[in-house]
Formats: sequence, structure tokens, C-alpha cells
Amino acid sequence: MSQVLQLLLAGVAQGCVYALVALGFVLIYKATETVNFAQGDLMMLGGFFALTSSVILGWPYWATIVFAVAAMAAVGMLIERLVLRPVLGQPAFTVVMITIGVGYVLRGVVTMIPGWGTDTYTLPTPFSEGVFQIGEVIFAVQQVAVIGMTAALCAVLYLFFRFSKLGVAMQATSQNQLAAAYMGIPVRRVNMMIWGLSAGVAAFAGILLAPATFVHSNMGFIGLKAFPAAVVGGFGSVPGAIVGGLIIGLVEAFAGRYMPEGFKDVAAYVVVLVVLLLRPSGIFGETAQKKV
Amino acid sequence: MRFLFKTDYDQDIRLFKHGGQVFWYGLLMALLLAAPFLVDEYVMSQLHFICIYSIVGLGLMLLVGFTGQISLGHAAFLAVGAYTEALLQAKGVPVFISLPCAALFSAAAGLIVGLPALRLKGIYLAIATLAFNVIVEEVITRWEGLTGGNSGLHLKPVEIFGVTLDGDAGFFYLCLGLTVLSILALMNLLRSPTGRAFVAIRDSEISASCMGVNLAKYKTLSFAISAALTGIGGALYAHKVSFISPEQFTLLQSIELVTIVILGGVGFLHGAVLGAAFLIVLPQLISLAKDYLPANVGGTGLQAVVFGLVLIGFIIFEPLGLYGRWLKVRTWFELFPFYRKGMFRRQKSYMKSERLR
Repeated sequence: MSQVLQLLLAGVAQGCVYALVALGFVLIYKATETVNFAQGDLMMLGGFFALTSSVILGWPYWATIVFAVAAMAAVGMLIERLVLRPVLGQPAFTVVMITIGVGYVLRGVVTMIPGWGTDTYTLPTPFSEGVFQIGEVIFAVQQVAVIGMTAALCAVLYLFFRFSKLGVAMQATSQNQLAAAYMGIPVRRVNMMIWGLSAGVAAFAGILLAPATFVHSNMGFIGLKAFPAAVVGGFGSVPGAIVGGLIIGLVEAFAGRYMPEGFKDVAAYVVVLVVLLLRPSGIFGETAQKKV
Repeated sequence: MRFLFKTDYDQDIRLFKHGGQVFWYGLLMALLLAAPFLVDEYVMSQLHFICIYSIVGLGLMLLVGFTGQISLGHAAFLAVGAYTEALLQAKGVPVFISLPCAALFSAAAGLIVGLPALRLKGIYLAIATLAFNVIVEEVITRWEGLTGGNSGLHLKPVEIFGVTLDGDAGFFYLCLGLTVLSILALMNLLRSPTGRAFVAIRDSEISASCMGVNLAKYKTLSFAISAALTGIGGALYAHKVSFISPEQFTLLQSIELVTIVILGGVGFLHGAVLGAAFLIVLPQLISLAKDYLPANVGGTGLQAVVFGLVLIGFIIFEPLGLYGRWLKVRTWFELFPFYRKGMFRRQKSYMKSERLR
């Protein structure tokens, strides 16, 4: 029993990171119908920004988070303005390829910047080592912190979308761009802000992931695990991304324990194929039909 | 400027539209046939790769450019082809049996992937194929009894009727012959009712099904043919590199294969060949440029940056790819003083929602 609880905890902690990356996908997809294949690489860049401020500049943990999120928000908006706006309205596949190109560029640029390079770094956190025990289950402070911070971020995002003017404008844009434009919402600028928001969330995910995988130029490939999370939840649903991330994290944790070796790495993809076969638009996905 | 006076309906579907085309393609063919006697070993090796990637590019072009289906999992078909060839060769099966087998097995894998494609569209299809790729890669890694796992498999040079094609020339003629055959097969396919159905599906699934195109049949067929060509490419690739292991067939490989189609020009058969040539030549150009760059810029990341920038640049500035650029240049000369800037401009449309379908 305690083993199951232990796995549950590990799965949820890992799932939270997937959920945050998936949240980034979903935010952008909902607003602009672009699937951002560079999301994982944005996360990687966020990790490197955090590394710069915490190791090289020696800032405290909270300042590191603020710095990395703000820097990535700026990068996200810049990418939208420079690369994505020119291809607005082109077929989805073209736009996907362009985000793949962005991912390549980010991955390459990181290796060229002095002080970053191709090495692997550790990002110091205030709760790196400790463990505590309740009953028979051992809680790593690190895992609890990841879960807590994810929950806090989700709450903040919920309040933002529910009560702030910009958040409501973003919701309107993602539901119907034309109608939003008629209501006086500057759709293009809102799209840019959504890219900024999504990149900021990616940076946050990168910081949370850093103690587990370390910071290196290829850590973005974990973004590929977040795809299944987004798809399982339904690519257009914010709660779906969270639930999907948790499902993928749990499935991985349990597959790693109870299934033969190797299943852990493909479990997420098997789940995604099953979900796509049974319910092609995910668990929380919209199932609207086009009227001809 | 050339005027084509059409006096016959057959002229619309003729493979060569006029004598000029026969001449220029003939000249290209003659040059390629003479290539082993004209260029050195290194260039020959690059030509091998260009032919192999052209075949794969043609397969992908049929799927992406003519049927409008997305695949981010073609490295899996490449792997199926390569491993089938390697295993059959190890069993002593002659190449003219093992090569069709590689194509058949890949086509079977294509059928499997094509089935979910009936229900999935756009990005969901891309992710399903992506998942397929990851699963195939993992299966190859874990099934050590058959595939040798991470230690991979070795291949011997191709042998046809007791003649071993270990030289550059022999293998080049094999690759070239298969490339030309694939191009001719696709040209014929595309002017047949099947090919027209593919294009109809690409342009609008709803109108295609209204016109009586069986979506299920033609989508699966397109996946199967595309996978078969990729499988042939995979078999040749296995012979070329003579050692295959799972890390050659990752998702990154799939993405590279898709860029062949994008860079060459989506929707043109020429594009597949041009894109393949470009993809092979690009790393050579980068390694030439490395000598003139500072040490930290010229490292491992340079290739990724250039690759990404080229991809982004093409999509923003030349969405029709290399072949589209050539069409524009040709039209400029043909119409000389009358070329207008907007002649190839894509009609701007409002963003079409994929959620409503």
C-alpha cells in the first residue's frame, strides 16, 4: 500500500511538470490554433535564464523565478511578432513546421552562448535535499514543492482568466477571433501576449523540472512527453491539460514499476494512441461539427 | 516564350508536355548516367544519399503534398524498410526479393498508421504518427533477439545475380534506377483516378466525399504507398550506411524528412528531389563556413541554428519552396517585361478553424 502511495506521489510530481508544459501548448493552441513544437525548447531556455540569474548572478530563488519568467515572456512575445505573425492564416501544418524551426534555432543558439554551452548544470533550489515521513510514505520536499507550486500557478492562472480584463480578452480571442475583433479587442496584440504568457509558464516548468533532469541544451525533448498530456486532456482545454499531465505522469510512474523495462518510455504514447482511437479529440476536447 | 496549342485531350495528361522537356530531362539523365566517370568518390557518395532521400521525399510528398495528410513518423517506415532488408539479407534472400519485401512490410505498417488517420485530422494525426514513431523506435531497441537492440545490425553490399555492387557506380545505378522508377510511378499515379482522388482529398475532404471519393480507402492507400516508397528508401539507406541502429530512426529524422518536402516545395514532385539535394548539400556548406567563424559559434549548435533558420526563412519568404522559386524565375524570363510581383501570391484567407470539422 505504501508503495502505491509512494508511486502516486512521484507520478503526480512528474505529472505536474508535464501538465505545465502541456498548459503552454494548450494556451497557444486555444488562442491561435498553432501547436507550438518549440514549447519544450522554450522551457529549456527558461531553465538557462534561471541558471544565469541564480548561479552566475547569485540571485535568491524567488528573484530567479521572476527573472526567468519575465525574460521568457519577452522572448515568447518576440517570437510571435517576428516569426508567427507573418504566417498568420496559413495552413496549420506550415505553422507547425515553423515552430519546429524555432525549436532548432533555440537549441542551437543555447550552445553558442558563452557560459551556457553544451554542458549539464545543476540549478540550486532551497528545497533540494530534505525528506519527511508521514505514516509509511516518504515525502521528498522537492516533490511536494513541485506539486504545491504547480497548484499555486494554476490558481493564479484561473484567477487571471476569470477576473482580469486581459484574461477575459484572451478567452474571447480563443473562442472567436472575428467576434473578439468586433468587440474592440486587439486580437494580434492579445495573441502576442498569449505567446508571452505561454513562454512564461514554460520557464516556470523549466525551473521546476531542473532539479530532476538538470539544465542542458536537450532538456526540451521532455516537451514531446507533454504532447500526449495535451492530447489526452483534449488540445483546447486548460483543465484537460492539467488532468492529462497528471494521467501521463501517473501512468509512467506505475508502468516503470509494474511493467517490463522499456514500457516506461512508451507508456505515454500508448496511452495517447488509445485515447485518440476511442475519443479523437481527447477527454475534455470540444466535439463540434462543421455545418456545410 | 513557348505557346502550347492543345489539339487533343491527351495532351493534358502526357508525361512530357513538349520537346524541350524531353531534351532537358534527357540531358540530366545522360549526365547522371555519366556521373560515376566524371566525379570523385566523395561526390558519388553524396549522390547516393540524394537518390535515397529523393525516394523517401517522393513518398512523403505523395502523402503531405498530394493527399494533405501530416506525418511526423516517417522515420518509423524508414526503420521498417531498413530492418527488413538487413534481416532478409542476413538470411541470404536475394535483393530483388528482399527489396519488394521491405516495401511490403513498410506498406503494412503504413496501413496500420493509416487506420487511425481515418478519424484523425491535422494536429491529432501528426501526434498519432509521432507516437507511432516513438513506439517503433522503442520496440526496435528492446527486441534484441531480432534487431540486435542498441548494438545494431551490419549489412553486406548489395548482390544482384552473383555480381556484388560494392563499388560506387553499381550502387549508384541501382539507386538512380529506383529513383527514376519511383518518379515515373508517381507521375502515372497522379494522372490516374486514384491520384486525382488524393488531390481532391487534399483540397477539401467534404467536397471529395460528396463527389464519391471513398475517404477511408484513399487515405489508407496513400499512407500505404507513401510508406512503401519510404521502405524502399530505408532498404537502400541501410545498404548505404551498412550499419543500422535505433538512434538513426528517431523523431528528429522524421522531422528532417518532412523538411525535404517543405524546402523542396509542397505539392511538386520536383520538390522532393530538390529538397533532398538541398538537405544533403546544406551540412557540407555549413562545415565549409565553420572555418571562418569564431570557435563558440562554429560548434555543434551551428547546424541546428542554420537548419532552423533555413526552415523558418523558407516558410515565411518562399512558401512554395525551391521548386516554387524556380517557377517564379522561369516565369519572369518567359514573360520578360510583364512579370508582376503578385503573380504567385497566395490568396490571403481568414484563419480557418480546425476545431470545426
